[in-house]
Amino acid sequence: MSDAAATHGEHDEAAHLAHYMKIYRTLVVLFLVSVSGPFISDHFVHSKALVLVTAFGIALVKAYLVCAHFMHLNVEKKFVIYMLTTALVFMFLFFAGVSPDIMEHRGRNWENVAAREETASALKEQAERAAHPGEHEGAEHAE
Amino acid sequence: MSQPAEEHAHAHDDHGHDHDHGDTGAHGHHEDGFIKKYLWSVDHKMIAKQYLFTGMAMGLIGGFFSYAFRMQMAYPGHNVPGFGVVSPNEYNQLITNHGTIMIFWLAMPVLIAAFGNFLIPLMLGCDDMVFPRINRLSYQIFLLSAIVLIASWFVPGGGFGGAWTAYPPLSAKSQYNLTPLGSTMWVIAVALEFVAFLLGGINFVTTAMNSRAPGMKMFDIPMVVWMIVIASILFMASVGPLVAGAVMLVFDQQLGTGFFDPVRGGDPILWQHLFWFFGHPEVYVVLLPAVGIVAEIITVFSRKKLFAYKTVLYTAFGTAVLSFFVWAHHQFIAGIDPRMANVFTATTVLISIPIAEMMFVYVATLYGGSITLTTPMLWALGFIGEFIIGGVTGIFLGSSGSDIYFHDTYFVLAHFHYTFVPIAVIAVFAATTYWFPKMFGTMMNETLGKIHFWGTVIPFNGIFIPLFITGMGGDHRRIYNYANFPEQWTPHLIQMREFATVSLLVLIAFQGIFFINFFYSMFKGKPAGNNPWNANTLEWQTVSPPPHGNFAELPNCYRGPYEYSVPGREEDFWPQNEVG
Amino acid sequence: MSRPIATTRSVTGIATGKLAVWWVLASEIVIFGGLLCSYLMHRLGHPEFGGYAAHTNTALGATNTFVLLTSSLFAVRAHFEAEHGRGKSAANWLYMTVGGALTFLCIKGYEWHHEISEGFVISKNAFWSFYYTAAGLHACHVIGGAIIMLIIAQDAKKNQELQRVELIGIYWHFVDVVWIFLFPLLYIAK
Repeated sequence: MSDAAATHGEHDEAAHLAHYMKIYRTLVVLFLVSVSGPFISDHFVHSKALVLVTAFGIALVKAYLVCAHFMHLNVEKKFVIYMLTTALVFMFLFFAGVSPDIMEHRGRNWENVAAREETASALKEQAERAAHPGEHEGAEHAE
Repeated sequence: MSQPAEEHAHAHDDHGHDHDHGDTGAHGHHEDGFIKKYLWSVDHKMIAKQYLFTGMAMGLIGGFFSYAFRMQMAYPGHNVPGFGVVSPNEYNQLITNHGTIMIFWLAMPVLIAAFGNFLIPLMLGCDDMVFPRINRLSYQIFLLSAIVLIASWFVPGGGFGGAWTAYPPLSAKSQYNLTPLGSTMWVIAVALEFVAFLLGGINFVTTAMNSRAPGMKMFDIPMVVWMIVIASILFMASVGPLVAGAVMLVFDQQLGTGFFDPVRGGDPILWQHLFWFFGHPEVYVVLLPAVGIVAEIITVFSRKKLFAYKTVLYTAFGTAVLSFFVWAHHQFIAGIDPRMANVFTATTVLISIPIAEMMFVYVATLYGGSITLTTPMLWALGFIGEFIIGGVTGIFLGSSGSDIYFHDTYFVLAHFHYTFVPIAVIAVFAATTYWFPKMFGTMMNETLGKIHFWGTVIPFNGIFIPLFITGMGGDHRRIYNYANFPEQWTPHLIQMREFATVSLLVLIAFQGIFFINFFYSMFKGKPAGNNPWNANTLEWQTVSPPPHGNFAELPNCYRGPYEYSVPGREEDFWPQNEVG
Repeated sequence: MSRPIATTRSVTGIATGKLAVWWVLASEIVIFGGLLCSYLMHRLGHPEFGGYAAHTNTALGATNTFVLLTSSLFAVRAHFEAEHGRGKSAANWLYMTVGGALTFLCIKGYEWHHEISEGFVISKNAFWSFYYTAAGLHACHVIGGAIIMLIIAQDAKKNQELQRVELIGIYWHFVDVVWIFLFPLLYIAK
């Protein structure tokens, strides 16, 4: 290790640290954006697209930065990346195979009656609560 | 030994280390006390034996369970000698735990953990697994899981009885399954077992990737090592959702969460998907090592090179990937989307192609070879023959049209026993009889071995061929007493059930011969020598049983593992480590 | 304790310990992946989950995201110091990372205390079941990581086993990445 330190020198070390700090600052800025998007959507302009892009799109960018620069996947053997990607791909497969049954509550020749009833009654209750916030708050605390 | 932070640039230095150690010989070999030697050992061969004996003991329990419930099937309500009258709840517990034990506590520990542990370092020419202490931890967690499972049968309410698939709401709510503690302990035992095999699997994969003997290239690795490694990766990639699912199920049971409760926004079908997303690849997790074992044995005993080594390897990878695309064929009548059923029918029928191809490759390997019918060879050939029956009957069940009729009948049961018995019984006996000389340094008795082989394989068919017929006659899997169903209580079907049960009794009786042979040979068998089968792979190039550190001098590898009957050589085998 | 020769070999060119950590992460990806996929398909199929999610405390969740991001920086600093052979300094940065983990857990504990006292318990409905289970599984990883970091720091202080600092760092960044996805999934999707 001492060889490496000697050849790379102090300058290289400082550059390395500066690189980590740069990534960190970028992450913090992205983090602020990802929080402010939903905040704006909640309080000023209601926009689902804004929430999706800022919250989930930026989460992807943040995850990429951490994986590439902090976990050093950018200099790791390609094999490791393939291996991790394969694990991820299987999760997409899982989602694709399962979601038609779980996400949908009605399909050709079948209907998930329990889920539809539950969704309808829960939405109704939430709408009532939104219309009369006071009463339900109190009721909840009593519970 | 302290190492500097390891870096990519230092990879070459590591080889340097390697040779330094090789010169000084095996590290720190000295006599240990009983506990350190047998219970607290970090030596891969001892851990393999621990797994082997634990798996065998669990297999005996699972076999005893099958005896009890088969007696109930043939002679309902009668006293079962050695068990007593089987009550409906006990019947459910017996079949649930029989299935769980045979897959998770026999097939997995013996095929993957025991033979993986024993063979990987020896066949790759290194002194141990890369993480010996994690290896030990893996066995300890496995042992704990077995203890938790056994304990679950003795808690108030008894053991879990909701089938090894544990579908909610039956498994999630104690007012349905009547086993408030047993069901949770069952899930915890299975989850612990998963943790043990994740730790073991990481060890296997890392060892195979990083620690091969100098000169051993990718295609010089013996097939069984490849298969165990592929199986370990497959296990790792498929079990994750079920680990999460096990946590969810325990929470549903004990904390009253709503994951599988539609009234609170959950969905019971989700469990079925989580389970079978793991459950179907799991079939291939245990199948692939069995296929690898058979490859080693038939090449040695037909003195021929394995036909199409690379094709078998690519086929195994293809099977592993494809096995992720078939899981929903277990759920054709569970209320899944019919469009998905079409997709899964196609993929399921597709996966029979690579498996059939492997069987053909083995037949091609046998063709023109000088075949010796030793006991291990008989088991290996038995595997091919019996597994084909399992594969062919699977086509009916993979097609959603016929599966709707066959679903949950004894036809399904007979089908998967025709796949699992060749894997967990026949291949295990093949491997045990083949590697016994290396494990214990003595030979097993061939005559007893052959009697045991025929005494196992013939009754095995006697059990399950009648069950195909009762299944087609409409026998449903989960029935406790067919006398309550007049249309199933016909003389023909009764005879079939009795025939199957009697066959099971014969099969169990013949296992006594194996245990006599096994323990007698271990202590009194004739010495085996280093290489009794004249095999090429590296484990046969050291003394039997191998000492701590495996090799007096770690071997180099010069060629592939299947160079048998090479023209122009005096001997018909050519060990991988032989120079020139 | 002496290592087997097998451990020191490196046919792939990736050090054995690091290769094993990558395999651990691959298996962790499918564990968290299975849970999060299950949550996501419920979330998309049940519009009422949005209403339940409104009761989560976004400000505290965001604070925790920031805490973990910062602790990730500390972990990478620890790796940097270890790489240059400065074990003592690496151990100190590891302690800082553990501090981040503890802050995260305290905030989490406060949040849960608040939510449970408002009646949003784990058995209330599937949303809260997923909320507590997913965050809880992640918190278990935080606790496990912190304990391992303390053990590694003990060795690192004496300039021993410095390569392990990088390994726990890789794991810690993974825990961070999981939270990067959990945060919008559990808190922001309203």
